[in-house]
Amino acid sequence: MKKLLSSALASFGFARLIIVAFLIVLVIGAAVLGIPLGPLLSNALVRTGMNGIFVLAMLPTIISGIGPNFGLPLGILCGLVGGLLAIELDMRGFPAFFLAVTVGIPLSATVGAIYGWLLNKVKGSEMMVSTYVGFSFVSLMNIGWIIMPFASPEMVWPIGRGLRVTISLADRFASVLDQFWAFQIFGVVVPTGLLLAFSLMCVLMWLFVRSKAGMAMKAVGDSRQFALASGINVDKYRLLSAVLSTVLGAVGIVVFSQSFTFLQLYEAPMGMGFPAAAAILIGGATVRRANILNVILGVFLFQSLLVVSLPVINKVIMVGGVAEIARIIVSNGIILYALAQVSRGD
Amino acid sequence: MEHDNYVLEMKNIGKLYSGNRVLKDVTLRLRPGEIHAVLGENGAGKSTLMNILFGMPVIHTTGGHEGEILIDGKVVAIDSPFESMKLGIGMVHQEFMLIPGFTITENIKINREITRPNIASRIFGPALKSLDMEAMDSDARKALDTIGLNIEEWTKIAGMPVGYMQFVEIAREIDKADMKIIVFDEPTAVLTESEADALLKAMKVIADSGIAILFITHRLDEVMTIADNITVLRDGELVRTLAKTETNAFQLAELMVGRKVEKIVQDSSSMTKSEIAVSIRGLKVLMPGENVRQVDLDVFAGEIIGIGGLGGQGKIGIANGIMGLYPAAGQVSIFGKPLALSDTKAAYEAGLAFVSEDRRGVGLLLDSSIEINIAFTAMQMRNSFLHRLGPFSQLAYGKIRKHALKKIADLDIRCTGPMQLTRRLSGGNQQKVCIARALALDPKILFVSEPTRGIDVGAKKIVLETLVKLNRELGMTIIMTSSELAELRSICQRIAIICGGRVEGILSPDASDVDFGLMMAGDYHKFRGKEVV
Repeated sequence: MKKLLSSALASFGFARLIIVAFLIVLVIGAAVLGIPLGPLLSNALVRTGMNGIFVLAMLPTIISGIGPNFGLPLGILCGLVGGLLAIELDMRGFPAFFLAVTVGIPLSATVGAIYGWLLNKVKGSEMMVSTYVGFSFVSLMNIGWIIMPFASPEMVWPIGRGLRVTISLADRFASVLDQFWAFQIFGVVVPTGLLLAFSLMCVLMWLFVRSKAGMAMKAVGDSRQFALASGINVDKYRLLSAVLSTVLGAVGIVVFSQSFTFLQLYEAPMGMGFPAAAAILIGGATVRRANILNVILGVFLFQSLLVVSLPVINKVIMVGGVAEIARIIVSNGIILYALAQVSRGD
Repeated sequence: MEHDNYVLEMKNIGKLYSGNRVLKDVTLRLRPGEIHAVLGENGAGKSTLMNILFGMPVIHTTGGHEGEILIDGKVVAIDSPFESMKLGIGMVHQEFMLIPGFTITENIKINREITRPNIASRIFGPALKSLDMEAMDSDARKALDTIGLNIEEWTKIAGMPVGYMQFVEIAREIDKADMKIIVFDEPTAVLTESEADALLKAMKVIADSGIAILFITHRLDEVMTIADNITVLRDGELVRTLAKTETNAFQLAELMVGRKVEKIVQDSSSMTKSEIAVSIRGLKVLMPGENVRQVDLDVFAGEIIGIGGLGGQGKIGIANGIMGLYPAAGQVSIFGKPLALSDTKAAYEAGLAFVSEDRRGVGLLLDSSIEINIAFTAMQMRNSFLHRLGPFSQLAYGKIRKHALKKIADLDIRCTGPMQLTRRLSGGNQQKVCIARALALDPKILFVSEPTRGIDVGAKKIVLETLVKLNRELGMTIIMTSSELAELRSICQRIAIICGGRVEGILSPDASDVDFGLMMAGDYHKFRGKEVV
């Protein structure tokens, strides 16, 4: 019995156990402090849906052996261009949302291909290189946002040239997914459309992993030698995984923005890769292995943790900014923990 | 007592690795100034014996060894390499242990520097003492002169010819004070012929100065040139210790190879020479440690041909090169059609399949199930086991499962089920999965490398019988590479022996042990040729 229990514990993972325990403590704390749980859960569901696709974007690069895609800002920036174009063309609602996605996909696929080519040149240090490629591209686009010929007064600084730092989507495609078939149950608002969109992406990815190409990609990540000996073009599948991940980044930011109700330009995309990587690692993935379940579990645990911890910490410590500091410590701490496990693997 | 005459005695040495006996009752005696050759195939126990002599951690972490070691007649316990160095045992490594950016002197004197005290060292301790370069240079010069290497002692190692590096290694060993025994581990493996000659001369000089030399090799001509006494090991046992004067190369070759051959195939002679299945001309393969230099070989359709030879001679490289896993050049044609080299996909399309010698690295997806492993290559290369819809595909798990269950039964793969991860299987069962994966491709020609390495006797038998069955019943042409000569002789119709990256010769499995031994040592033409003349 004891043996069975300890093996069950080992398979669930010690780190996840701590996080789940921490989450439970926080929820009890919130109840004791009189914070209503309904809105908290609603919030957690929304944040799970809006961040889910970013976390899903970590999957292809992990299974192809590149590791978590810290270069996610590349895809995010492409998606943002799609969103901007929808506003520029004065579109609203679902058409605007779909245009943003439709523009974002080919753009991000192209960028992803170049990014994948680069990652094939730096095998062995992909995580470091991808992080800085992401950073550099964000800086490059900082110039881009200034000089791009957008003219819609909603987006441009009142003084003339250049895009604003945050652009409201209130009259555009804010919450189109969140409110689609949304309903309320026991005081919890369920963002049906958002969760459906996330589920759809998960199903597509699940089908891909079970396809010939998906199997080949997994083999490339598991054992380069084995893949080569089976006649697989290793570089091609690594490149494909970078393209998939970048495209998911682009789709992800459009979905994220409609929930967030703002497009955030300039420095905002810089840090978006890290929480996504942290989430999939919390979900039980390693930098070498991951599956869809890790994505779903991870994003829910990670986002719930943040949603519940902010009001609780704010109630306990009446100092401004503590919650934000705690969030950064938690999310970076998780990344650190996960990366520290890398050398122990294999 | 005779004791006083021996500088080293290793008495009744035995060693078990987790229940497997690799050395049994080996006794070795060495007089000062003697050159004693230790001769044997790969896996004969040469390196284990040397590891024991050097007190390598691998010996002690696996339960130590049997027997005792005496230096100058005194029993010693060598439990670390440091201890063996203190006792005056030196080693010239097969792979050079030199620092490229350092000069010869610095390499010779590293960690044994001659130093002078200075102010800093008086305050902060001996680590800061100044180096006495002059004294060190003159010591290095003396060592280099002893072995006859005419090169300035301040030359850097980087960029030096390989032969010189070997000499620097030797100079480092003889520079050590109180050096009593030096072990040369296949020192001529990487040298040209003239360098090898010079090395042998240097060994003689060293021996004449009173240092005993243990010379590990498989080159018979070198043994006959310089050794005083010869110990032949085979399968971890001492076959015989001989004085050079009472033996010859033929006898040594026979002693090195000879063993009982249990034949599975009886009618090797009945093979009629049919169509050529694989024609290899001028094949060169760049596989580190197993370079193929120039191989010409014809394989007939429907035969089992063996490729044998000692480790590092290039036999492994042939299959790896043809399958495109390592850069290769030359002409290879399959049933008359030229095959593109360095292109694994093309090799599969030509009807080849490959069971790699590196089971865990190349042969298996260790964290995937048995059924996925078996189906994988056929799925990728032949689109089998897939439901297809235009450009989209999904794995046909039903077909994969059915096929896996059949193979598990056919090959007697011992497992908890087709879902079990291959990592958890024993070596023999892993090998069967590898073979099943190759067979899923329906190959016309099957390359099998080291199929029985590290697997138990029962699995070995099944693997070999499977190969024979495939050959008999499906007419599959099988090219089997193996270090185990006995196993090649038990199922092959012809055996090509590879030495120095070339085909030394092709023998029938019934050929004599002497011929096999000579060919494996690369001395067949040297000695047989002389006889004819």
